[in-house]
Amino acid sequence: MVEEANPAMASAPIAPYNSSPLGNSSSPNASRESLKMEPLADVAMLPGEERVIDKDIIYICPFNAAVKGKVFITNYRLYFKNTDSEMPVTLDVPLGVISRVEKMGGASSRGENSYGLEITCKDMRNLRFALKQEGHSRRDIFEIIFKYAFPLSHGMQLFAFLSQEKYEENGWNVYEAMEEYRRQGVPNSEWRITFINKNYELCDTYPTILVVPYKATDEDLKRVATFRSRCRIPVLSWFHKENHAVITRCSQPLVGMSGKRNKDDERYLDLIREANGTTKLTIYDARPNVNAVANKATGGGYEGDDAYQNAELVFLDIHNIHVMRESLKKLKDIVYPNVEESHWLSSLESTHWLEHIKLVLSGAIQVADKVSSGSSVVVHCSDGWDRTAQLTSLSMLMLDSYYRTLRGFQVLLEKEWIGFGHKFASRIGHGDKNHADQDRSPIFVQFIDCVWQMTKQFPTAFEFNERLLVVILDHLYSCRFGTFLYNCESARESNNVRAKTVSLWSSVNSDTSLYINPFYTPESSRVLYPVASMRHLELWVTYYIRWNPRIQHQQQSPVEQRYKELLVLRDQYLKKLEELQLSDSTPSSTHLTNSSTPNAATPNQHITHLQTPF
Amino acid sequence: MLSLGSGGAKSTKPSFVSYVTPEEIKSEKDPPKQEKHPDLLPGEVEFCSANPILKYTQDDLSQRGVFGTLFCTNFRVTFISDEKPQEKTDKTFKNKLYGENDIPLMCVDHIYGVYDEKRKLITGGLVKNKYPSKMIIHCKDLRVFQFSLTFSKEEDAKKIFQGIAHHCLEEKSLKCVFAFSYMGTPSPGTDLSFCREMQWKQETVMFDSPEDWTQEMKRTKANCRLVTENENFELSQRLPKYFVIPLTIGDLFSYQGKGLPIWCWSHYSGCALFKASFPPVTQEDGDFQKHLDTMINAVAHNHLYSVKTEDLSESLPNIQDIQQSYNKFKQFFLIENSTDFWLSDVKWFSSLESSGWLDIIRQCLQKAVEVVECLEKDNTNVLITEEEGTDLCCVISSLAQIMLDPYYRTLMGFQSLVQKEWVAGCHAFLDRCNHLHQKDKEVIIACSFLPVSSDAILQPEKSPLAQSGPLSCPTVWDWSVQFDSKAQNFFFNPLYLEKVKHDRAVRKPHKPKHQRNLSLPSTAFKTPPKKGFFKDETDSLKKMLRVKRLSRWRGSPDAPTATTREFFESWQHRPLDYHGLLLPCLDGPAVHIWMQRYLRWIPEVYILGGGSVAVMTKLMELLSQVQDLKRVLEQRDSSQAAKLDHRPYFQHRLLSFDSSGRLSSSFPFAYTCYRSFKPIIPTGLMQSLMVTDSLASQEDEASSVVSFV
Repeated sequence: MVEEANPAMASAPIAPYNSSPLGNSSSPNASRESLKMEPLADVAMLPGEERVIDKDIIYICPFNAAVKGKVFITNYRLYFKNTDSEMPVTLDVPLGVISRVEKMGGASSRGENSYGLEITCKDMRNLRFALKQEGHSRRDIFEIIFKYAFPLSHGMQLFAFLSQEKYEENGWNVYEAMEEYRRQGVPNSEWRITFINKNYELCDTYPTILVVPYKATDEDLKRVATFRSRCRIPVLSWFHKENHAVITRCSQPLVGMSGKRNKDDERYLDLIREANGTTKLTIYDARPNVNAVANKATGGGYEGDDAYQNAELVFLDIHNIHVMRESLKKLKDIVYPNVEESHWLSSLESTHWLEHIKLVLSGAIQVADKVSSGSSVVVHCSDGWDRTAQLTSLSMLMLDSYYRTLRGFQVLLEKEWIGFGHKFASRIGHGDKNHADQDRSPIFVQFIDCVWQMTKQFPTAFEFNERLLVVILDHLYSCRFGTFLYNCESARESNNVRAKTVSLWSSVNSDTSLYINPFYTPESSRVLYPVASMRHLELWVTYYIRWNPRIQHQQQSPVEQRYKELLVLRDQYLKKLEELQLSDSTPSSTHLTNSSTPNAATPNQHITHLQTPF
Repeated sequence: MLSLGSGGAKSTKPSFVSYVTPEEIKSEKDPPKQEKHPDLLPGEVEFCSANPILKYTQDDLSQRGVFGTLFCTNFRVTFISDEKPQEKTDKTFKNKLYGENDIPLMCVDHIYGVYDEKRKLITGGLVKNKYPSKMIIHCKDLRVFQFSLTFSKEEDAKKIFQGIAHHCLEEKSLKCVFAFSYMGTPSPGTDLSFCREMQWKQETVMFDSPEDWTQEMKRTKANCRLVTENENFELSQRLPKYFVIPLTIGDLFSYQGKGLPIWCWSHYSGCALFKASFPPVTQEDGDFQKHLDTMINAVAHNHLYSVKTEDLSESLPNIQDIQQSYNKFKQFFLIENSTDFWLSDVKWFSSLESSGWLDIIRQCLQKAVEVVECLEKDNTNVLITEEEGTDLCCVISSLAQIMLDPYYRTLMGFQSLVQKEWVAGCHAFLDRCNHLHQKDKEVIIACSFLPVSSDAILQPEKSPLAQSGPLSCPTVWDWSVQFDSKAQNFFFNPLYLEKVKHDRAVRKPHKPKHQRNLSLPSTAFKTPPKKGFFKDETDSLKKMLRVKRLSRWRGSPDAPTATTREFFESWQHRPLDYHGLLLPCLDGPAVHIWMQRYLRWIPEVYILGGGSVAVMTKLMELLSQVQDLKRVLEQRDSSQAAKLDHRPYFQHRLLSFDSSGRLSSSFPFAYTCYRSFKPIIPTGLMQSLMVTDSLASQEDEASSVVSFV
């Protein structure tokens, strides 16, 4: 089983940014729309994957013409392969990315290819298929896609629960809360670990293990919970080992129209401040000021000046999930299927996508700057699971180089996003047919984009590469792994996710070489401050426009390729030198033979045609 | 050649060095106490100075600065700080002729004076009366300097202000250009024949001798005729001494120096690229028609009787448009303080777009790709025309050659190309940049490493002379005049791989593809658009060309994108060979601005410890390790007795980036090396994003009813 699962992934390194996101296409040639693939019957299926239906169909490729071929649907994916031309065209789409399936045209519609299906995907593309008009040919396939793409709406299980994949690594062990807090230097005389939430009784969307001020009793916590939206009280996210400043996260206080106050909450925030002797605690409210005010109408609000005298409140002006959703929608409109030509820059500007990225990044910069200057901070938005997660995790990425390693990044996601209850299920809508659900929003995508922007600005500071980010986003939707399923830890526990599904990190960590950035230079004590200016922010073309064969990116950046070649060359030279040194100590006859054949000894073919300029 | 004549003609003053009034020259009788002096270059003369002058630090809102002395010489405006340089900021990339606080006179773009909080552009008229409290100098290389004049004595302040304004802004004769006074010699020999023997010379082809052209024809297997009749500019002042034309052109003199198809480059298939100015316009249409026929036929004759002609003045923006666009564009980089920076950040993309600059770049590249397509795919001769034949013709022909010919992507090849197409090709550098403006250059396709092309241009005091024959001036290509060997290393792209002699081509990964399309032409065309009868005649010429088209560009000027697109796609489908044809991707997201040129002086954009330089540093380190290892191995190979030490391991770094310190993304340009460790936090965010629709005010959770207490 292990053997079967891996080849699919192993073929991927050759085509890092392939049009088939999950690396099943084995061509060296990136997004040229397709490429070699074994005959239909030989598609490497995942263990647990089952075929459901095959059908002759026409794929209306937006970049070429319509392509005749065969579609092949399993309980995990939609796979298409053309049958008509030599130029192979394939599609390999996990059903999880499908957000909407529609019938296009009717039995009486005229025009070529006017009768068929239109599939809207969550990953910046749409797919259109045409079928023969006779005999309701699309009915069965429509129903099957509809059923398998939205299993939860049909009383079925997500594929992650059916998958039989096995990996050497167990990704569920990547994150152990206690271990991670210990790494940070917690517990200590200022901060303690509490198990008050072990049955999710304090807060059902928080993890079981929480870190709170040493002086706050469990009774205090309960009283504070009554004053915080959804009981999401301020708890520690990150502890600065040198200056003991902390990042804490929570939801908004329940101030309401009447401007309620809560002594326990006020005292609790003061305990956070006192822990390292911060003179003024900074509360970062991620929302725009007006929104925070408006929230009072529904019982929420923000920390008022008079109630919290030792705190300063800063609004970070990041907009809500609905704004972000619309922004990404606009972005999709200008990049898919065709890239807006004539006014590319102003179109891009009008989506505001990068501007939102800028706001999120600059909010995180402010948080990181405050903490590294020794002041503790509290971060919240409304409920503390969207913008708050973005801000805390990005600032932690800036402050703590551990999170910039391959494993550390996994820990960061497990902790700040999965553990603290970012509502993945609601935001992504896994297996749910309700495509217009207002709860859906690309908050996590936005966060990964911010991370990508940072990796662009600091190309040597991250152990992982762009590929990891793309793979994470692909599996955010695919439902092949259990990692991003459900809204919070309690739901994950009651659905037994750890036991019944495979973690994405099992797959990633079983072949880490795919995700390693060759330029990575570990630097432990370095705070990274990206420049949150539009001058530097750029659209993540290799993710958002990767389906377009014209916007091509080389399989591998020439710089990276050259660097890898040089690494091989260096190792070779070193080896040779070592041999020579060894031979120095042996009789001269051996030495002669050794040194006379250095060229013949060059084993690696890659090297023979590599020449460095001198 | 070059517009020596026009330069002189425009000068209304008697042209000799004497425009320096005697009192401006600081006499020695009044040596100021403990005053510092700039290290003058040989031939450089100090005109005036003032102290104390406050130079504002740019990356600071608080209007702080450093006190020092401001000087004006016949070469530059220079500021010398009173403070001792705190730390030896070891600038790796340093120009030996001028440094951080030097502004060559030719580099001054505009001077603004601040009078009672009001900023005024300084022109001749304003110089006479009051002097401003603050002087702001915008440089052509996009640096911005701000000096406060209020602290020094009134007369000094007045003198320095007037001096600087005079020497920077007034028209002057060509002879006053500093290069003529410059006495510095990089090497013992001063005459050109000596220089010729020097190493750099052997490689950069100057195209100022018949041999150079013959050699170039041989290299590209061209079958054309070398013209030597213009050795003394008898044919035309506007033509080079030597040039190459199609074989079949007979009577050179009937052209009056215009309309001759000049050979640029030959494709291996035999077809070639030619450029031409419009033929001379006479009273009789018949003559003109005849000229045109001969011209086109001559080109067609070159290979298989095929020709495509393209009138660039018709299909590309004209010089004035380009200039206008560049003027608009460069304003975005002349940033005086942090507030400006963040305010303009919000509308950055639409501002860029509104300047039209990137679009012009795209159009130029597009046109060049079309030319390449004709040569490479259709194997037809190409004739590009333009009124003078020395502006857009140079842009398009050199771009096409860079795409087609890997030689021009080497450092020496690129320098030679600039010589061939621009300098020998009689691009009017003097008109385009010297008259207080700068015609920048063509588009470079990320060819050689960092600054080659930009710096070639940033020496306007030199470039006009580089080709002017018998003068014993060093040329720009003698980089050693300006940069020490360490800095010169920056010219090399560490990614470049030489083509391997045996088997197959190895990639030459220059900058990643999406960066290929960086560029910078700017034009300065001070003369107003030509009007009146001349214009009409040009129009008639255009009409005739249009009628005349043999197989002109298929379709209308804006249609060919579709076929070029196909051409691009078919190229894209082939494996990439860095030593073969390279085509730029011209889609919107693929065209970026050239950060390292335009944004290099703006502290807000420095990424401390980041940027592509971080990767380059790694690469350089590895490269030098590999080279050292190789050397050690070779030494051991050669000397069998081999008890060699391992000393050379890391010794001869090809380039020693200061790997201990943290470089900023603007390395090696940025001078302010170690800015404080504080992050730059965008300001003015509040106003920036006013999402007005109702979504913004919605609750995150539509269903959420917060109902506690």
